[in-house]
Order: sequence, then C-alpha cells, then structure tokens
Amino acid sequence: MEAGQLTVARRIAIVSAMGVAGETVPQVAVRGPSWDGRFTVLILFLPPALLLFTLFVVLPIGEAAWYSAFNWNGFGRPTNWIGFDNYRFVLETRAFWLALRNNGLIIAVSLAIQLPLALTLALMLAERFRGAVALRMLFFMPYILAEIATGLIFSFVYDGDYGLVASIWRTFGAEPPHLLASTDTAMLAVLIVIVWKYFGFHMMLFIAALQGLDKSLIEAARIDGATRSQALRHVVIPLLYPTIRLSVFFAIVGSLQLFDLVMPLTRGGPADSSNTMVSFLYNNGISRMRVGYGSAIGVILFVICVTFAFTYKRWFMRDE
Amino acid sequence: MSSAETTHAPFDPAVLFKTAFLAVVAIFVLVPLLATLLGGFKSLGELRVNPFGWPAHWEWQNYADILFSGRYWQLLRNSLIISTLTVTLTLITASMAAFTFAHVKFYGSSMLLSYLTLGLLFPAATAVLPLFIKVRDLGLLDTYFGVALPQVAFSLAMSVLLLRRFFKDIPHELLEAALVDGCSYIKFFRYVTLPLSRPILATVGTITFVNSWNAYLLPLVMLNTDALYPWPLGIMIYQGEYSSEWHLILAFITLTILPTIILFLLAQKHIVAGLTAGAVKG
Repeated sequence: MEAGQLTVARRIAIVSAMGVAGETVPQVAVRGPSWDGRFTVLILFLPPALLLFTLFVVLPIGEAAWYSAFNWNGFGRPTNWIGFDNYRFVLETRAFWLALRNNGLIIAVSLAIQLPLALTLALMLAERFRGAVALRMLFFMPYILAEIATGLIFSFVYDGDYGLVASIWRTFGAEPPHLLASTDTAMLAVLIVIVWKYFGFHMMLFIAALQGLDKSLIEAARIDGATRSQALRHVVIPLLYPTIRLSVFFAIVGSLQLFDLVMPLTRGGPADSSNTMVSFLYNNGISRMRVGYGSAIGVILFVICVTFAFTYKRWFMRDE
Repeated sequence: MSSAETTHAPFDPAVLFKTAFLAVVAIFVLVPLLATLLGGFKSLGELRVNPFGWPAHWEWQNYADILFSGRYWQLLRNSLIISTLTVTLTLITASMAAFTFAHVKFYGSSMLLSYLTLGLLFPAATAVLPLFIKVRDLGLLDTYFGVALPQVAFSLAMSVLLLRRFFKDIPHELLEAALVDGCSYIKFFRYVTLPLSRPILATVGTITFVNSWNAYLLPLVMLNTDALYPWPLGIMIYQGEYSSEWHLILAFITLTILPTIILFLLAQKHIVAGLTAGAVKG
C-alpha cells in the first residue's frame, strides 16, 4: 500500500511537472475548476478543526467569564447573579496568594537552577564523545514520563518510612523527616522533582540550538586569540540568547500549567503550602463543583497567561 | 570543536570535573528510576531496610500478580483507545485545516489562522469547569470521546502550525500544475501532500500521543466509571488502595511506565525531534 501511494504521488508529480513546463495554459481553464475546488476544500476541510476548537476551547473560556458572575453548583441554569463577588472571594483567599507565590518560586528555581544546569549539560554533551548520546537520552527520559508516575516515584523517594531519603537519614542515625507532610519542606520537595523532570527538555533545546550554530564564528574567535571560555562567553552564549529566551518562556508557561505532578506528591497541601494555580483551581473549584468560583479562578489564570504571553513575545521574542 | 584537544590531554582537570559532574547528574536521574524498578522485586520488609540495593530475594510475585490481573491490561487498553482516538482525529482535522491554510488563498485566511493559534496561549485547565458542563450537556460525560474530543481541540493549534509550515514547503507550482491537469485539491492532498509529509505527521502524532497517554486532568474530570479509566487515573486509585504497600505500588508504577520507556527507546529520534520542534514553534 505504501509503495502504491508513492507511485501515485510520483506519477502526479511527474505529470504536474510536465504541466509547468508546458506554460501556455489558457487562463480560463485554470480559473474555473480551481475556484470550484477551492470552495469545496473550504467547505470540507476547515470546519472540523474550527468547530472542535470553537466548541471545546474558545466557548468554554467565554462561558467561564459568564459563569464567574454566578454562585452556581453546575446543576440547572445559573440564576444566582453575584457580579464580581467570586473574584473578590478568590482574591481574599490566602491559598490563592500562596499558589501564586509557589508559581513564582517555580519560575525562580527554573531560572536560577534549571536553566544554568541545562545549559552547562548542553555545552558538555553537544561535543562528540563516547556516551554523549546515551547521556542525552538518559537526561531527556524524565521529560517523557507521565507527571503522575513521576510524582508517585518521588512520593516513594520522600516517604518517611520506606523512602530513599529516609534511608539516607537513618544511616546517619537521624530520625527520618516526612518531607511532604511538613509545610516547611513540601514545596521544596516539589521543586526538586520539577528540576528532575524538566531539565532534560531544556537541555535538548540548547543542544539543538548548539548544533545549528555557525561553527566558523567560534573558530574565527579562537583564531583571533580568544580562549575557550572567552569564546564561550562572548560568542556562544550571545548566539544562544534566542534559545535562552525560549527556554525561559517554557519554564514560565509550564509553571502556570503545573498540576499533575503536584497531585500524587502533596495534593497541594499540607495547609495549601504546595498548591500551584491549577491545583488551587482543582481543589477549590472543580472537586467541590463550585462552578462560579472555579470559573473566576480560571479567568484570572487565563488573564495571567495571555498577558504574559503577549508581553513576553512583544518584549523578548520578535519572530512569529 | 575542541574534542581533539581534550582527548590529547590525559590529566586535564577540566575533563575530570566534567566527568564527575555528568556522573552526579546521571546518578540523580537514575537512582529514583532504578529504586522503583528494583523496589518492585522486594518484599515490604526488605524495602524498609534496603530501599537502594539489589534485592536479597527476588519477589517475582509482585509483578506477576499485576500482570495476571485484568486491571493492569484494562487501564492500558483504555489509555490506548483514548490516545489512538485523539491522535487519529488530531491528524485528520489538523492536516486538513493546515492544507487549507497552506495552499488555498481565501479572504480571512490569516485571521482564522491566528484565531486557531489563540489555543497556544492558555492551558486547558483554565476553562475546565465550563468544559465539563459542555461535555455533560453534549451527553459525552463518562465516554472515551468526552476525553478525546477536548484533547483534540487543545492539540489543534500546535498541530496546525507545525503541519502548515511543512506543507508550505511543498512547491506551489506542483499544486497549480496538478490542478491544471484536472487533479482536484482533495486528490492532491490525499495523494501528494500526505505521502510527502510522513515525517511531520509522525512528529505531530508523537507529540499528541505522548500528551494524551500521560494526561491526567481531563480524564479525571470527564470520567466517573472505573472501567473507563486510563492508567494515570488507575494508578492513583491503586495507590489509594494499597496506601503504604510500596513494593506493590512500585511494581505497578514500573509496569505502567514501561510502555512509555519502550516507545521512547524505539522512537527516540521522532520523540526528541517532535517534542523539541513542537516547543520551538510554540
């Protein structure tokens, strides 16, 4: 079947190529069928995607804005109009600000630890030596594991009775801590898992960029007498700025969506100390079917995401 | 660029530092994964005193019990159905739309395209409550489609962009010539565009599959029946039931992430290219 398709494709390609070579094709012949064909394509090919997208992506956002003005449990029609009260309730909730702070922490850790780590590893592994490819794959692997599975693996690692951390503590004769059960350490534990899971993805972005770099620029710098570290600082890193900006963009967007990883680890607790925006939305809106309140959180999150995306793209990323 | 000089200097401290650094990171990544795999072979008692090491006694029973239970296979089957539905529908709808945006000039084309790319700006979670109500009103709650259709909708933006960029590289003269020869747009799409676009279709398919296979929030909200749960939901329930019998949970985790790891080892190139290419365009 594969071969069949290819031959058909090739035949059409050949026929078409001859058509191009012919050149003296009367315009009328082109206009007639091609407009009809265009119309058929427009009618058949666009609606499925546009319909699905409108129905399940755009309309729900609009409806979130509408529902957020009601006190509604999702059954029947929304009737109890309360205006902007839901937004006031959200902004008065301490857990909301904690979640926002945690999202800020995730971004800070991504910038201060994950990004330098990923960049360093990329610079090491972009060179060719035995084992480089295997290491790249190993470091990338956490990224493709489901966040749920990752969360569960680390809830074992952190477990105060059976976990790896507990075992290390015991060898030093100390009483093992329950990292995920304490408001002081839960978020820190989540942050470590985030670095574990995502640094490989950012590393791959940098490796892809490094392999696309124009090597002659670096060679030119070396010939002109730049040391390796000077060439790195003044040539390679500046050439990587677009990728760095991209990596930062993904770290921030990723932090705003983070949910799956938090659930198996802490469910946002204890005492809301490790909620992200989305797990806060889940715990306070979805799981209790408070449609109005949850929609208000959703709208706030939407505004944050869109504002961020537009300003970031305008300020830092001029392409696309 | 500098591999030659580093291999010529056997006692370069930089090489030593580099090796040590890579080893530390490799251990950081590997230890949790290996401990999970090996933990599944231990008894609960041994796990407590020896969570790191090789099992003193290999308990094959943990894995066997799960493999011979219907539960594990049902979870994988559900995940496979949902992911396959999502990938198929995404590829069909996105490639048709991308073809139109790439090759058919019409009024409002760029406007509609930027409309679709709005989907890149915010996560599905923002509108998940209204989405739940919509799916309920459509009568799709607690069905595979109730999960798959919203997943398709949310993967459309990225998929259409990636596909359109690739389709645009197919020379337009080819299409014009084919049209002159009486080939319709639809036949051109079916017999020229799609066969020529296998690499990008594989890439988009891979991104969509991995996302759908790993998804948690949408199935959590849309499904109520255990029999329909995909594996991320199932494993959370399993963990709830066997709360501290870690040896069983670890075996279960290992078996559920095994398909992902096998797929990754088989299709590394596609997966890495797909996930990073998708990212770069986002």
